[in-house]
Amino acid sequence: MGRTLAEKVWDDHVVRRAEGEPDLLFIDLHLLHEVTSPQAFDGLRKAGRQVRRTDLTIATEDHNTPTLDIDKPIADPVSRTQLETLRKNCAEFGVRLHPLGDVEQGVVHVVGPQLGLTQPGTTVVCGDSHTSTHGAFGALAFGIGTSQVEHVLATQTLPLAPFKTMAITVEGELPDGVTAKDLILAIIAKIGTGGGQGYVLEYRGSAIEKLSMEARMTICNMSIEAGARAGMIAPDQTTFDYLQGRDHAPKGEDWDAAVAYWKTLRTDDDAVFDAEVVIDAATLAPFVTWGTNPGQGAPLSARVPDPASYEDASERLAAEKALEYMGLTAGQPLREINVDTVFVGSCTNGRIEDLRSAASILEGRKVADGVRMLVVPGSVRVSLEAVAEGLDKVFTAAGAEWRHAGCSMCLGMNPDQLAPGERSASTSNRNFEGRQGKGGRTHLVSPQVAAATAVLGHLASPADLSDTDVATPAGV
Amino acid sequence: MEAFTTHTGRAVPLRRSNVDTDQIIPAHWLKKVTRDGFEDGLFEAWRKDPEFVLNQEAYKGATVLVAGPDFGTGSSREHAVWALQNYGFKAVISSRFADIFRGNSLKNGLLTVVLPQETVDRLQQLVEADPTAEVTVDLVDRQVRAEAPGQSKLTADFELDENARWRLLEGLDDISLTLREESSIVDYEANRPSFKPRTIEV
Ligand code: SF4
Repeated sequence: MGRTLAEKVWDDHVVRRAEGEPDLLFIDLHLLHEVTSPQAFDGLRKAGRQVRRTDLTIATEDHNTPTLDIDKPIADPVSRTQLETLRKNCAEFGVRLHPLGDVEQGVVHVVGPQLGLTQPGTTVVCGDSHTSTHGAFGALAFGIGTSQVEHVLATQTLPLAPFKTMAITVEGELPDGVTAKDLILAIIAKIGTGGGQGYVLEYRGSAIEKLSMEARMTICNMSIEAGARAGMIAPDQTTFDYLQGRDHAPKGEDWDAAVAYWKTLRTDDDAVFDAEVVIDAATLAPFVTWGTNPGQGAPLSARVPDPASYEDASERLAAEKALEYMGLTAGQPLREINVDTVFVGSCTNGRIEDLRSAASILEGRKVADGVRMLVVPGSVRVSLEAVAEGLDKVFTAAGAEWRHAGCSMCLGMNPDQLAPGERSASTSNRNFEGRQGKGGRTHLVSPQVAAATAVLGHLASPADLSDTDVATPAGV
Repeated sequence: MEAFTTHTGRAVPLRRSNVDTDQIIPAHWLKKVTRDGFEDGLFEAWRKDPEFVLNQEAYKGATVLVAGPDFGTGSSREHAVWALQNYGFKAVISSRFADIFRGNSLKNGLLTVVLPQETVDRLQQLVEADPTAEVTVDLVDRQVRAEAPGQSKLTADFELDENARWRLLEGLDDISLTLREESSIVDYEANRPSFKPRTIEV
């Protein structure tokens, strides 16, 4: 019987297989950041172990890094200690590190792909649940805990229990103004935050094949929000074109050998998935969340749902609690929800295409009075590219703040946070209670919706903007 | 890792679904570089509410958490497991756990037990009716038992794959186990294609 893409990659990494035991899998690429690694390095030190493969390991600073005044010492002493701990650990164990201020610094899931380190058919892990992002290249990529980080540092392998496979087939054309973010939010709302549990999701179908690499990363990034082990997309010409010429992409004969291998990484026609979901792209619309988990979302044109409409008791209770926390009432049109803050950034939507699309909407327009808009590129490279294209000027002219690269308000470990009761439209991936700051309320949106929302001050899509929203040039 | 064989203690019902790891331990606690000292961060936001179940006198000192479905979703932070353990929890019972959280818990000797939702409901009712009820989580017999005066006894079998169970019962450290397979790792490495990426030249 044929095999799925995920099974092929898995099989190619089995170091040891024994009856009744989890497979021992080889890890091709291990990404590290400051938050989930200190206790792992400590464990190595205590046991007198080394990092087995420093040549397959790379670290960056992202979660704690400030997005302002990066040339000054970090104000928060605890954040500073964590970054210094990573620096010390990387120096001691010989791990390549891109610290704050370095040109390759940025959110770990933006850095791996842009260096060309994330490649089809590889296994990629990181002590970070959004490692699923890298599956966009046809890699088997998943988040791990700190004990597993230590395990990979020491052995370059992981014992792993088998997974199930789910095909998510999206056929047809996405309507105008509907993006990868809307698609993945709709998928999560459909299958639920536990719907992917135990599965590796493979996104396929004509709508997926048409997506750029960056859009594919947005989709795979949020696989974890459906509870999935990983998300994957089969590599194709779009993937090869993205990789060719990047720093760590194979060169010369290696490139040819790699491409020949990558072309075999497709689910066989006779392979059977354990579950299948089919989505018609044409039925989708801009999608936003109203609740406190990423599955609590609806099309922008809808209303806040009535908890009483849920048949399942625990879903009903969850919806009640969510509305209470979010300060919303059932029946309220989503479009009438006003926001205080708009955040564009994160490993979901902090890449250059995301910034371009937000900028294209803001061009010549103004952020509404009383709304704060933060634009935080996913990496220094993204930032430099945006500046070269003049996007930073578009943002600042509109009244948005242009910041330095990092995770920033995606989780508010640095000073970029919501105040209690404040409401944001955010291009990040989690609307959990307090995720963006204690008491903060988060609506997950696409970069386009974020930009339109910033202009109008309430949740909106670009289609809601009229020409009169465009700032009149001075003197006219 | 500390071995887990069987544990008996009082239990606290947490009637919420989709408890994500941001709720279990908020991000600002993640700046610590140790594995201990997280107990005060556990459910930090909810604990500000005097009515929150962990604040109720009757549940002080409970060591088994009986949670709603989809416990531990979201971030991979192992700090969530450490926080539960630092606070004193030995086992968590739910009808469904997020994968990464479950993996993390089993690696640290925090037993996560999956029971059908109706059994979890019954268990919650039982410990709500009588917070002094003792709950036993028995990994040797793979069984949860709970008893309270005037209530029917609850006995429920649970499953856990044999390998994970063995490692917990023995308190085995995964890394030492894997290092026994050194020769398989070396063989695998010798056959990796040259086009695979490297972060540095060695
Ligand atoms: S941007 Fe957000 S989701 Fe992505 S790695 Fe940083 S904190 Fe995690």
